[in-house]
Amino acid sequence: MLKFTEEHEWLRVEDDLVVVGITEHAATQLGDIVFVELPDEGAVVVKDDEAVVIESVKAASDILAPLSGEIVEVNTTLNDNPGLVNDDPIGDGWFFKMSVEDMSQLDEYLDEAAYKKLIG
Amino acid sequence: MDENRKTPLFDLHVALGGKIVGFAGYDLPVQYTGVLPEHLHTRTKAGLFDVSHMGQCVVAGPSYAAVAQALESLIPVDIAGLADGRQRYGFLTNDAGGIRDDLMLARRGDSVFMVVNAACKAADIAHIRAHLPDGVKLTEVTDRALLALQGPLAENALATLNPAARSMRFMDVIDMALAGVTCWVSRSGYTGEDGYEISVPAAQAEPLAVALLDLPDVAPIGLGARDSLRLEAGLCLYGHDIDDTTTPVAAGLTWAIQKVRRPGGARAGGYPGADIIGAELADAPPTARVGLLPDGRAPMREGVEIFADADAQTPIGRITSGGFGPTVQRPVAMALIDRGFAAPGTALCAELRGKRLPVTVAAMPFTPANFKR
Repeated sequence: MLKFTEEHEWLRVEDDLVVVGITEHAATQLGDIVFVELPDEGAVVVKDDEAVVIESVKAASDILAPLSGEIVEVNTTLNDNPGLVNDDPIGDGWFFKMSVEDMSQLDEYLDEAAYKKLIG
Repeated sequence: MDENRKTPLFDLHVALGGKIVGFAGYDLPVQYTGVLPEHLHTRTKAGLFDVSHMGQCVVAGPSYAAVAQALESLIPVDIAGLADGRQRYGFLTNDAGGIRDDLMLARRGDSVFMVVNAACKAADIAHIRAHLPDGVKLTEVTDRALLALQGPLAENALATLNPAARSMRFMDVIDMALAGVTCWVSRSGYTGEDGYEISVPAAQAEPLAVALLDLPDVAPIGLGARDSLRLEAGLCLYGHDIDDTTTPVAAGLTWAIQKVRRPGGARAGGYPGADIIGAELADAPPTARVGLLPDGRAPMREGVEIFADADAQTPIGRITSGGFGPTVQRPVAMALIDRGFAAPGTALCAELRGKRLPVTVAAMPFTPANFKR
Protein backbone atom coordinates (compact mmCIF):
# COMPACT_ATOMS: atom_id res chain seq x y z
CA MET A 1 0.00 0.00 0.00
CA LEU A 2 1.33 3.44 -0.95
CA LYS A 3 0.05 6.62 0.68
CA PHE A 4 1.00 10.28 0.29
CA THR A 5 0.96 13.31 2.57
CA GLU A 6 0.12 16.82 1.46
CA GLU A 7 3.72 17.64 2.44
CA HIS A 8 4.88 15.42 -0.44
CA GLU A 9 6.05 12.43 1.57
CA TRP A 10 5.23 8.88 0.51
CA LEU A 11 4.55 6.05 2.95
CA ARG A 12 4.81 2.44 1.85
CA VAL A 13 3.68 -0.43 4.07
CA GLU A 14 6.20 -3.27 3.95
CA ASP A 15 5.20 -6.19 6.19
CA ASP A 16 4.66 -4.55 9.58
CA LEU A 17 6.83 -1.49 8.87
CA VAL A 18 6.17 1.81 7.11
CA VAL A 19 8.90 3.12 4.77
CA VAL A 20 8.99 6.91 4.33
CA GLY A 21 10.50 9.11 1.62
CA ILE A 22 9.66 12.15 -0.48
CA THR A 23 7.95 12.21 -3.83
CA GLU A 24 9.55 12.92 -7.17
CA HIS A 25 7.59 16.18 -7.26
CA ALA A 26 9.18 17.26 -3.96
CA ALA A 27 12.67 16.16 -5.01
CA THR A 28 12.36 18.15 -8.23
CA GLN A 29 11.14 21.22 -6.39
CA LEU A 30 14.02 21.02 -3.88
CA GLY A 31 16.66 20.75 -6.59
CA ASP A 32 19.98 18.99 -6.18
CA ILE A 33 20.09 17.48 -2.70
CA VAL A 34 23.54 17.63 -1.12
CA PHE A 35 22.90 16.45 2.45
CA VAL A 36 20.30 14.47 4.33
CA GLU A 37 20.27 14.43 8.13
CA LEU A 38 18.50 11.27 9.22
CA PRO A 39 17.00 10.50 12.64
CA ASP A 40 18.67 8.06 15.01
CA GLU A 41 17.66 4.43 14.76
CA GLY A 42 15.60 3.63 17.82
CA ALA A 43 14.26 7.16 18.15
CA VAL A 44 10.62 7.38 19.15
CA VAL A 45 8.85 10.11 17.26
CA VAL A 46 5.46 11.72 17.53
CA LYS A 47 3.58 12.68 14.39
CA ASP A 48 4.77 16.10 13.13
CA ASP A 49 8.10 15.91 14.98
CA GLU A 50 10.99 17.06 12.80
CA ALA A 51 12.44 13.80 11.51
CA VAL A 52 14.73 14.59 8.58
CA VAL A 53 16.55 17.69 7.36
CA ILE A 54 17.18 17.87 3.64
CA GLU A 55 19.69 20.35 2.30
CA SER A 56 19.60 21.21 -1.35
CA VAL A 57 22.00 23.61 -3.02
CA LYS A 58 19.31 26.24 -2.46
CA ALA A 59 17.96 25.73 1.06
CA ALA A 60 17.29 23.49 4.03
CA SER A 61 13.91 21.78 4.38
CA ASP A 62 12.42 19.88 7.29
CA ILE A 63 10.57 16.63 6.83
CA LEU A 64 8.12 15.91 9.63
CA ALA A 65 7.34 12.44 10.95
CA PRO A 66 4.07 11.51 9.20
CA LEU A 67 3.13 9.02 11.91
CA SER A 68 3.85 8.32 15.57
CA GLY A 69 6.12 5.36 16.13
CA GLU A 70 9.71 4.16 16.38
CA ILE A 71 12.41 4.67 13.77
CA VAL A 72 13.78 1.16 13.28
CA GLU A 73 16.05 1.65 10.28
CA VAL A 74 17.49 4.63 8.38
CA ASN A 75 18.91 4.71 4.85
CA THR A 76 22.58 5.26 5.67
CA THR A 77 23.55 5.16 1.99
CA LEU A 78 22.19 8.73 1.83
CA ASN A 79 25.10 9.87 4.03
CA ASP A 80 27.52 9.30 1.16
CA ASN A 81 25.08 9.65 -1.70
CA PRO A 82 22.34 12.17 -0.90
CA GLY A 83 21.71 12.54 -4.64
CA LEU A 84 19.82 9.22 -4.51
CA VAL A 85 16.85 11.27 -3.30
CA ASN A 86 16.85 13.07 -6.66
CA ASP A 87 17.70 10.00 -8.73
CA ASP A 88 15.25 7.53 -7.23
CA PRO A 89 13.06 9.29 -4.66
CA ILE A 90 10.45 6.58 -4.39
CA GLY A 91 12.97 3.70 -4.36
CA ASP A 92 16.62 3.86 -3.24
CA GLY A 93 16.13 7.41 -1.95
CA TRP A 94 13.96 6.36 1.01
CA PHE A 95 14.67 7.96 4.42
CA PHE A 96 13.60 5.63 7.23
CA LYS A 97 11.44 2.69 8.25
CA MET A 98 9.08 3.03 11.21
CA SER A 99 7.26 0.56 13.36
CA VAL A 100 3.82 1.92 14.03
CA GLU A 101 1.39 0.60 16.60
CA ASP A 102 -1.68 2.09 15.04
CA MET A 103 -1.72 1.51 11.30
CA SER A 104 -5.05 3.30 11.10
CA GLN A 105 -3.00 6.53 11.22
CA LEU A 106 -2.39 5.89 7.53
CA ASP A 107 -6.05 6.24 6.71
CA GLU A 108 -5.97 10.03 6.77
CA TYR A 109 -3.41 10.20 3.96
CA LEU A 110 -3.95 10.41 0.22
CA ASP A 111 -3.94 7.55 -2.22
CA GLU A 112 -1.92 7.92 -5.41
CA ALA A 113 -4.82 9.27 -7.47
CA ALA A 114 -5.62 11.93 -4.87
CA TYR A 115 -1.95 12.93 -4.57
CA LYS A 116 -1.58 13.26 -8.34
CA LYS A 117 -4.62 15.51 -8.33
CA LEU A 118 -3.03 17.61 -5.54
CA ILE A 119 0.14 18.28 -7.52
CA GLY A 120 -1.85 18.85 -10.70
CA MET B 1 1.58 45.09 -2.63
CA ASP B 2 3.95 46.57 -5.16
CA GLU B 3 4.61 44.47 -8.19
CA ASN B 4 8.20 43.53 -8.83
CA ARG B 5 10.01 45.27 -11.65
CA LYS B 6 11.09 43.35 -14.71
CA THR B 7 14.43 43.62 -16.48
CA PRO B 8 14.68 43.93 -20.29
CA LEU B 9 15.46 40.19 -20.37
CA PHE B 10 12.37 39.05 -18.45
CA ASP B 11 10.59 37.54 -21.44
CA LEU B 12 13.76 35.70 -22.43
CA HIS B 13 14.14 34.24 -18.93
CA VAL B 14 10.61 32.89 -19.12
CA ALA B 15 11.13 31.56 -22.65
CA LEU B 16 14.30 29.79 -21.49
CA GLY B 17 12.39 28.06 -18.68
CA GLY B 18 13.81 30.16 -15.87
CA LYS B 19 12.14 29.74 -12.47
CA ILE B 20 11.24 33.33 -11.57
CA VAL B 21 11.51 34.66 -8.02
CA GLY B 22 11.35 38.10 -6.45
CA PHE B 23 14.79 39.49 -5.59
CA ALA B 24 15.53 43.07 -4.47
CA GLY B 25 12.26 44.22 -6.02
CA TYR B 26 12.82 42.49 -9.37
CA ASP B 27 11.45 39.35 -10.97
CA LEU B 28 14.56 37.34 -11.83
CA PRO B 29 15.38 33.70 -12.58
CA VAL B 30 16.73 31.75 -9.60
CA GLN B 31 17.61 28.87 -11.91
CA TYR B 32 16.99 27.37 -15.34
CA THR B 33 18.16 23.74 -15.24
CA GLY B 34 19.37 23.72 -11.62
CA VAL B 35 21.81 25.50 -9.34
CA LEU B 36 24.35 22.67 -9.38
CA PRO B 37 24.71 22.21 -13.16
CA GLU B 38 24.63 25.99 -13.72
CA HIS B 39 27.37 26.54 -11.13
CA LEU B 40 29.58 23.86 -12.69
CA HIS B 41 28.90 25.16 -16.20
CA THR B 42 30.16 28.61 -15.18
CA ARG B 43 33.34 27.18 -13.61
CA THR B 44 34.14 25.06 -16.68
CA LYS B 45 32.64 26.95 -19.66
CA ALA B 46 30.77 30.27 -19.71
CA GLY B 47 27.61 31.42 -17.96
CA LEU B 48 25.42 34.39 -18.87
CA PHE B 49 23.80 36.25 -15.97
CA ASP B 50 21.20 39.02 -16.04
CA VAL B 51 22.33 41.53 -13.42
CA SER B 52 20.19 44.37 -14.73
CA HIS B 53 18.65 44.80 -11.28
CA MET B 54 21.90 46.34 -10.10
CA GLY B 55 22.14 50.11 -10.08
CA GLN B 56 24.11 51.78 -12.86
CA CYS B 57 25.09 55.44 -12.42
CA VAL B 58 27.34 57.95 -14.13
CA VAL B 59 28.98 60.71 -12.12
CA ALA B 60 30.19 63.58 -14.29
CA GLY B 61 31.51 67.08 -13.73
CA PRO B 62 33.72 69.80 -15.13
CA SER B 63 36.80 67.58 -14.98
CA TYR B 64 37.80 64.10 -13.91
CA ALA B 65 39.67 65.64 -10.96
CA ALA B 66 36.46 67.27 -9.76
CA VAL B 67 34.49 64.03 -10.08
CA ALA B 68 37.18 62.02 -8.29
CA GLN B 69 37.50 64.56 -5.50
CA ALA B 70 33.74 64.48 -4.92
CA LEU B 71 33.58 60.69 -4.83
CA GLU B 72 36.68 60.35 -2.66
CA SER B 73 34.77 62.33 0.00
CA LEU B 74 32.39 59.34 0.23
CA ILE B 75 34.49 56.33 -0.83
CA PRO B 76 37.85 55.47 0.81
CA VAL B 77 39.63 54.33 -2.34
CA ASP B 78 42.00 55.96 -4.81
CA ILE B 79 39.67 57.34 -7.46
CA ALA B 80 41.82 60.30 -8.54
CA GLY B 81 44.61 57.89 -9.45
CA LEU B 82 42.39 55.60 -11.50
CA ALA B 83 43.61 55.48 -15.10
CA ASP B 84 41.12 56.02 -17.90
CA GLY B 85 39.59 52.69 -18.86
CA ARG B 86 40.26 51.05 -15.51
CA GLN B 87 37.87 49.80 -12.85
CA ARG B 88 38.21 49.41 -9.09
CA TYR B 89 36.21 47.86 -6.22
CA GLY B 90 35.11 50.19 -3.44
CA PHE B 91 32.45 51.01 -0.88
CA LEU B 92 30.45 53.87 0.54
CA THR B 93 31.03 54.25 4.27
CA ASN B 94 28.99 55.77 7.07
CA ASP B 95 30.06 57.92 10.01
CA ALA B 96 30.62 54.81 12.17
CA GLY B 97 32.99 53.36 9.59
CA GLY B 98 30.38 50.81 8.48
CA ILE B 99 29.75 49.92 4.86
CA ARG B 100 26.68 51.55 3.32
CA ASP B 101 27.18 49.55 0.12
CA ASP B 102 29.95 47.99 -1.89
CA LEU B 103 30.34 48.87 -5.54
CA MET B 104 32.43 48.88 -8.68
CA LEU B 105 33.64 52.15 -10.15
CA ALA B 106 35.15 52.63 -13.57
CA ARG B 107 36.78 55.66 -15.13
CA ARG B 108 35.37 56.37 -18.58
CA GLY B 109 37.03 59.54 -19.79
CA ASP B 110 36.19 62.35 -17.40
CA SER B 111 33.32 60.52 -15.74
CA VAL B 112 32.92 57.59 -13.37
CA PHE B 113 30.55 54.72 -14.10
CA MET B 114 29.38 52.96 -10.96
CA VAL B 115 27.56 49.68 -10.41
CA VAL B 116 25.88 49.36 -7.00
CA ASN B 117 23.73 46.73 -5.30
CA ALA B 118 20.06 46.62 -6.28
CA ALA B 119 18.77 46.71 -2.72
CA CYS B 120 20.88 49.77 -1.91
CA LYS B 121 20.67 51.76 -5.12
CA ALA B 122 17.95 54.24 -4.16
CA ALA B 123 19.67 55.05 -0.87
CA ASP B 124 23.11 55.19 -2.52
CA ILE B 125 21.94 57.61 -5.18
CA ALA B 126 20.25 59.90 -2.66
CA HIS B 127 23.30 59.79 -0.39
CA ILE B 128 25.78 60.55 -3.16
CA ARG B 129 23.66 63.32 -4.66
CA ALA B 130 23.27 64.95 -1.26
CA HIS B 131 27.05 65.21 -0.97
CA LEU B 132 28.09 66.22 -4.48
CA PRO B 133 29.37 69.77 -4.94
CA ASP B 134 27.81 72.11 -7.48
CA GLY B 135 28.74 71.10 -10.99
CA VAL B 136 29.22 67.41 -10.27
CA LYS B 137 26.13 65.38 -11.14
CA LEU B 138 25.04 61.79 -10.66
CA THR B 139 22.77 60.36 -13.36
CA GLU B 140 21.09 57.03 -12.82
CA VAL B 141 21.32 54.94 -15.96
CA THR B 142 17.86 53.44 -16.35
CA ASP B 143 17.88 52.68 -20.07
CA ARG B 144 20.57 50.01 -20.06
CA ALA B 145 20.60 46.37 -19.03
CA LEU B 146 23.62 44.75 -17.39
CA LEU B 147 24.80 41.28 -18.38
CA ALA B 148 27.63 39.27 -16.89
CA LEU B 149 29.43 36.64 -18.96
CA GLN B 150 31.58 34.55 -16.64
CA GLY B 151 33.79 31.52 -16.92
CA PRO B 152 37.02 30.24 -18.49
CA LEU B 153 35.44 30.24 -21.98
CA ALA B 154 33.93 33.75 -21.61
CA GLU B 155 36.82 35.29 -23.54
CA ASN B 156 36.38 32.94 -26.49
CA ALA B 157 32.66 33.54 -26.48
CA LEU B 158 32.78 37.34 -26.38
CA ALA B 159 35.66 37.44 -28.86
CA THR B 160 33.39 35.67 -31.35
CA LEU B 161 31.24 38.81 -31.31
CA ASN B 162 34.15 41.26 -31.06
CA PRO B 163 37.83 40.23 -31.02
CA ALA B 164 38.65 43.28 -28.87
CA ALA B 165 37.47 41.21 -25.91
CA ARG B 166 40.79 39.34 -26.01
CA SER B 167 42.96 42.39 -25.50
CA MET B 168 41.35 43.38 -22.19
CA ARG B 169 42.99 42.65 -18.85
CA PHE B 170 41.21 42.11 -15.53
CA MET B 171 39.45 45.37 -14.54
CA ASP B 172 39.89 47.02 -17.95
CA VAL B 173 36.87 48.96 -19.21
CA ILE B 174 36.24 49.77 -22.88
CA ASP B 175 33.44 50.69 -25.26
CA MET B 176 32.81 47.74 -27.55
CA ALA B 177 30.40 47.14 -30.42
CA LEU B 178 28.32 44.04 -29.67
CA ALA B 179 25.21 42.98 -31.55
CA GLY B 180 25.37 46.21 -33.51
CA VAL B 181 25.40 48.60 -30.56
CA THR B 182 28.02 50.24 -28.36
CA CYS B 183 28.32 48.51 -24.99
CA TRP B 184 30.31 49.49 -21.93
CA VAL B 185 32.33 46.38 -21.14
CA SER B 186 34.53 45.64 -18.16
CA ARG B 187 36.64 42.54 -17.68
CA SER B 188 35.34 41.67 -14.25
CA GLY B 189 32.55 39.91 -12.44
CA TYR B 190 31.61 38.36 -9.14
CA THR B 191 32.13 34.64 -9.57
CA GLY B 192 35.89 34.29 -9.11
CA GLU B 193 36.15 33.44 -12.80
CA ASP B 194 37.48 35.41 -15.72
CA GLY B 195 34.68 37.22 -17.51
CA TYR B 196 32.97 40.43 -18.48
CA GLU B 197 30.20 42.72 -17.35
CA ILE B 198 28.38 44.32 -20.25
CA SER B 199 26.19 47.41 -19.97
CA VAL B 200 23.97 47.37 -23.04
CA PRO B 201 21.11 49.64 -24.18
CA ALA B 202 17.87 48.03 -23.00
CA ALA B 203 16.44 47.52 -26.49
CA GLN B 204 19.52 45.57 -27.59
CA ALA B 205 19.83 43.49 -24.42
CA GLU B 206 17.79 40.57 -25.68
CA PRO B 207 19.45 40.34 -29.12
CA LEU B 208 22.86 40.44 -27.42
CA ALA B 209 21.87 37.79 -24.87
CA VAL B 210 20.48 35.57 -27.63
CA ALA B 211 23.66 36.01 -29.71
CA LEU B 212 25.75 34.93 -26.71
CA LEU B 213 23.45 32.04 -25.79
CA ASP B 214 23.60 30.80 -29.39
CA LEU B 215 27.31 30.10 -28.88
CA PRO B 216 27.96 26.47 -27.97
CA ASP B 217 29.66 27.04 -24.61
CA VAL B 218 27.34 29.72 -23.18
CA ALA B 219 24.36 28.84 -20.96
CA PRO B 220 21.98 31.04 -18.95
CA ILE B 221 22.67 31.06 -15.21
CA GLY B 222 20.28 32.06 -12.42
CA LEU B 223 20.65 33.84 -9.09
CA GLY B 224 21.11 30.57 -7.20
CA ALA B 225 24.39 29.73 -8.89
CA ARG B 226 25.43 33.38 -8.79
CA ASP B 227 25.30 33.10 -5.00
CA SER B 228 27.13 29.76 -4.73
CA LEU B 229 29.82 30.97 -7.16
CA ARG B 230 30.52 34.18 -5.25
CA LEU B 231 30.51 32.27 -1.96
CA GLU B 232 33.15 29.80 -3.17
CA ALA B 233 35.11 32.77 -4.51
CA GLY B 234 35.10 34.31 -1.02
CA LEU B 235 33.31 37.45 -2.22
CA CYS B 236 31.09 39.40 0.17
CA LEU B 237 27.34 39.64 -0.31
CA TYR B 238 26.06 43.00 0.91
CA GLY B 239 23.40 42.72 3.60
CA HIS B 240 24.81 39.37 4.70
CA ASP B 241 28.61 39.27 5.00
CA ILE B 242 28.90 43.04 5.20
CA ASP B 243 26.45 45.76 6.15
CA ASP B 244 26.30 49.20 7.73
CA THR B 245 27.66 47.80 11.01
CA THR B 246 30.69 46.07 9.43
CA THR B 247 33.81 48.14 8.86
CA PRO B 248 36.06 47.42 5.88
CA VAL B 249 38.78 46.30 8.30
CA ALA B 250 36.51 43.82 10.10
CA ALA B 251 35.32 42.62 6.70
CA GLY B 252 38.87 41.97 5.50
CA LEU B 253 38.52 44.48 2.67
CA THR B 254 41.50 46.66 3.53
CA TRP B 255 43.14 45.65 0.23
CA ALA B 256 40.60 47.96 -1.42
CA ILE B 257 41.86 51.00 0.51
CA GLN B 258 44.99 52.16 -1.30
CA LYS B 259 47.92 53.65 0.63
CA VAL B 260 47.16 57.14 -0.64
CA ARG B 261 43.85 57.08 1.30
CA ARG B 262 45.27 55.61 4.49
CA PRO B 263 46.71 57.58 7.41
CA GLY B 264 49.98 59.10 6.21
CA GLY B 265 48.88 59.00 2.55
CA ALA B 266 48.66 62.10 0.36
CA ARG B 267 44.84 62.01 0.36
CA ALA B 268 44.27 60.23 3.66
CA GLY B 269 40.80 60.21 5.20
CA GLY B 270 38.22 62.78 4.23
CA TYR B 271 35.38 60.23 3.96
CA PRO B 272 32.67 59.24 6.48
CA GLY B 273 34.08 57.18 9.33
CA ALA B 274 37.68 57.90 8.32
CA ASP B 275 38.81 58.32 11.93
CA ILE B 276 37.44 54.94 12.91
CA ILE B 277 38.66 53.10 9.82
CA GLY B 278 42.04 54.81 10.03
CA ALA B 279 42.43 53.73 13.65
CA GLU B 280 41.39 50.18 12.80
CA LEU B 281 43.97 50.00 10.02
CA ALA B 282 46.61 50.44 12.75
CA ASP B 283 44.87 48.45 15.45
CA ALA B 284 42.54 45.75 14.11
CA PRO B 285 38.95 45.64 15.40
CA PRO B 286 37.69 42.79 17.60
CA THR B 287 35.84 40.97 14.83
CA ALA B 288 37.05 39.53 11.56
CA ARG B 289 35.42 37.99 8.51
CA VAL B 290 36.79 34.50 7.95
CA GLY B 291 36.19 31.49 5.76
CA LEU B 292 34.92 28.36 7.49
CA LEU B 293 34.97 24.77 6.32
CA PRO B 294 32.51 22.55 8.17
CA ASP B 295 34.32 19.26 8.80
CA GLY B 296 31.17 17.22 8.05
CA ARG B 297 28.75 17.17 5.15
CA ALA B 298 26.00 19.36 6.61
CA PRO B 299 25.78 22.80 4.96
CA MET B 300 25.77 25.67 7.45
CA ARG B 301 23.89 28.79 6.50
CA GLU B 302 23.54 32.39 7.65
CA GLY B 303 22.81 32.78 11.35
CA VAL B 304 24.50 29.60 12.61
CA GLU B 305 26.41 30.50 15.78
CA ILE B 306 30.12 29.75 16.20
CA PHE B 307 31.69 28.66 19.50
CA ALA B 308 35.30 28.26 20.58
CA ASP B 309 34.67 24.63 21.55
CA ALA B 310 31.97 22.08 22.24
CA ASP B 311 31.23 23.38 25.75
CA ALA B 312 31.62 27.16 25.48
CA GLN B 313 28.56 29.09 26.63
CA THR B 314 28.99 32.29 24.65
CA PRO B 315 29.24 32.36 20.87
CA ILE B 316 32.30 34.00 19.34
CA GLY B 317 30.46 34.86 16.16
CA ARG B 318 28.06 33.68 13.51
CA ILE B 319 27.94 32.53 9.93
CA THR B 320 27.05 35.36 7.55
CA SER B 321 26.57 33.23 4.47
CA GLY B 322 27.11 29.60 3.73
CA GLY B 323 25.96 26.61 1.80
CA PHE B 324 27.18 23.78 -0.37
CA GLY B 325 30.07 24.54 -2.73
CA PRO B 326 29.43 22.58 -5.92
CA THR B 327 33.00 22.95 -7.21
CA VAL B 328 34.72 22.07 -3.94
CA GLN B 329 32.06 19.41 -3.30
CA ARG B 330 31.64 20.30 0.34
CA PRO B 331 29.93 22.86 2.50
CA VAL B 332 31.63 26.27 2.77
CA ALA B 333 30.78 29.37 4.79
CA MET B 334 31.85 32.85 5.75
CA ALA B 335 31.56 34.08 9.32
CA LEU B 336 32.18 37.16 11.40
CA ILE B 337 34.01 35.98 14.52
CA ASP B 338 36.21 37.19 17.36
CA ARG B 339 39.55 38.05 15.77
CA GLY B 340 41.45 35.97 18.34
CA PHE B 341 40.12 32.84 16.62
CA ALA B 342 40.57 34.01 13.03
CA ALA B 343 43.83 32.29 12.10
CA PRO B 344 43.40 29.72 9.30
CA GLY B 345 43.45 26.21 10.72
CA THR B 346 41.77 27.17 14.00
CA ALA B 347 39.33 24.43 15.05
CA LEU B 348 35.96 25.77 16.21
CA CYS B 349 32.42 24.51 16.68
CA ALA B 350 29.19 25.54 15.01
CA GLU B 351 25.81 24.90 16.58
CA LEU B 352 23.51 23.37 14.00
CA ARG B 353 20.03 22.25 15.06
CA GLY B 354 21.17 21.96 18.67
CA LYS B 355 24.37 20.04 17.95
CA ARG B 356 27.92 21.34 18.15
CA LEU B 357 29.70 20.32 14.96
CA PRO B 358 33.39 20.88 14.15
CA VAL B 359 34.40 23.59 11.69
CA THR B 360 37.84 24.89 10.69
CA VAL B 361 38.83 28.46 9.83
CA ALA B 362 40.09 28.48 6.24
CA ALA B 363 41.72 30.95 3.89
CA MET B 364 39.55 32.27 1.07
CA PRO B 365 38.82 31.93 -1.78
CA PHE B 366 37.69 28.32 -1.46
CA THR B 367 38.28 27.91 -5.19
CA PRO B 368 41.30 29.63 -6.78
CA ALA B 369 40.47 32.84 -8.64
CA ASN B 370 40.82 32.59 -12.40
CA PHE B 371 41.26 36.25 -13.39
CA LYS B 372 43.22 37.38 -16.43
CA ARG B 373 45.69 39.74 -14.78
